[in-house]
Amino acid sequence: MSRLRDALERGEFVVTGEVAPPLGTDMTAMRESVATLGPLCHALNVTDNQGATLHLSSLAASRVVLDMGFEPIFQQTCRDRNRLALQSDLLAAWTLGLENLLVVTGDDPRGGDHPEAKGVFDIDSTQLLAIARGMNEGRDMLGREMAGGTGFCLGAAAFPEAEPWDVQRERALRKVEAGAEFFQTQAVFDIEKFARAAEELRPSGVKLIAGILLLKSPRVVKFINERLAGLMVPEHLGARIEEAVDPLAESIELATEQVRALREIADGVHIMPLGVDAAVGEVLAGAGLT
Amino acid sequence: MIITKPREWDRILANLAEVDARRVFVMGCGQCATVARTGGEDEIAEATERLSAAGIEVTGWAVGEVACHSGGTRLETRRHSGSIDEADAVLVLSCGAGVQTVADATSKPVFPGLESVFLGNVVRHGVFEERCQMCGECVLDMTAGICPVTTCPKGLLNGPCGGMWDGTCEVVTDRECTHVLISRRLAEQSRGGASDRVLAPKDHSKQLKPGSVNLRGERGERGTRRGTAR
Ligand code: SF4
Ligand code: SF4
Repeated sequence: MSRLRDALERGEFVVTGEVAPPLGTDMTAMRESVATLGPLCHALNVTDNQGATLHLSSLAASRVVLDMGFEPIFQQTCRDRNRLALQSDLLAAWTLGLENLLVVTGDDPRGGDHPEAKGVFDIDSTQLLAIARGMNEGRDMLGREMAGGTGFCLGAAAFPEAEPWDVQRERALRKVEAGAEFFQTQAVFDIEKFARAAEELRPSGVKLIAGILLLKSPRVVKFINERLAGLMVPEHLGARIEEAVDPLAESIELATEQVRALREIADGVHIMPLGVDAAVGEVLAGAGLT
Repeated sequence: MIITKPREWDRILANLAEVDARRVFVMGCGQCATVARTGGEDEIAEATERLSAAGIEVTGWAVGEVACHSGGTRLETRRHSGSIDEADAVLVLSCGAGVQTVADATSKPVFPGLESVFLGNVVRHGVFEERCQMCGECVLDMTAGICPVTTCPKGLLNGPCGGMWDGTCEVVTDRECTHVLISRRLAEQSRGGASDRVLAPKDHSKQLKPGSVNLRGERGERGTRRGTAR
């Protein structure tokens, strides 16, 4: 059984991290990340062509995480595969021992490294959740009994800070109805908005894992504000990093404060270290989680 | 209407060079390409000038009523058969459907003079917007008359996606997110639809190519409505 699901069900405060498969076949750097983050986390997300840029598949890379003794969260975007490919990859993932699934829509190819690619989006993330839940019950999306089903712990993305919230809330509730057991949220900068989301979504039974982004440098702040869709660093936090003598130390301090505040209202945190894996232990220790 | 854009001129010249065309007949379209200002009389005059500058003689030109109408286009080519016979190739300033209709109506090599881009609404004179992709299974009943298949750049039926910020679209950042607009209008009209249910995956077999509709009966009479649409 998925240790992540187990921990969430027990009400344990969970920690998830994130590793990125390589562009190429050399797994050394990813393995290093897994070795650093794995022991600190309940599970590690393995991204799927993140930012619509080419990487080795999450399917193979998730298996590497598993073989190293840690629990992966297999990510699947709707951008690169049609309904046949999505379903066969879900079946493959289960037979490979991947027990956690995070479905996301996926960034548009126009923003990635292959802007000429056709975005597939045959199925959207809410529909894919419903399909995955059906597979957990032994059926494909046509409702046919399959020779053996899956048993994924199903996750989706939620966006507590992207207004209008009423639209986001309805969309999140539809995802829960479709089968989402947990949400990993976009990076949280405004604790009050996260609290609002928690208050309105948790009655549905879904678990909320809050996204924490290590704003390691003023350049990262600028990148998020100018290039990343669906996210903005509030001015006062951006200024804190920009004006800091040691921006990395400041970002660790900030993340620690955020994790501490979120311990009261979230079911867990999802830490996106943006390359500074070594800082994650410090953040968790500072927040009293290790 | 069908929206067309000028095609790269170098590519047109290269096409003509391939068949060694020294003399060319130019055809436009009196409907969409005229309104889109890509294949009307003015644009034909412009093309004629450019062809002459490239040392290609224009043997004649015509703007038929509707280039994609088989009967009309056949008539038009017959009417100009003299100058078409004199030409080595025909250049058609219309959408791809019109180009093919002309190619069926003459034995000369026929080349596209435009790029066909979308089925467009005329927002105002000279401003066109894509609002429908003719998916064969309309969901406008559930989306308050706003098409997510077309106007959401990802074509998501259930949204918004994670790139939406402050009601603005991730991909086309000067537009509002389609799904926010849908939710707003549904709420204004106190309706459910896309706001309170998950729309099912689209049936793409409804738009399998090539589409065909036949409103004639088996013996070819009009209006018996026994034809099938795919
Ligand atoms: S759903 Fe959109 S693309 Fe499909 S027929 Fe309706 S308006 Fe056209
Ligand atoms: S922001 Fe809205 S309109 Fe734009 S791609 Fe995402 S869901 Fe579609």
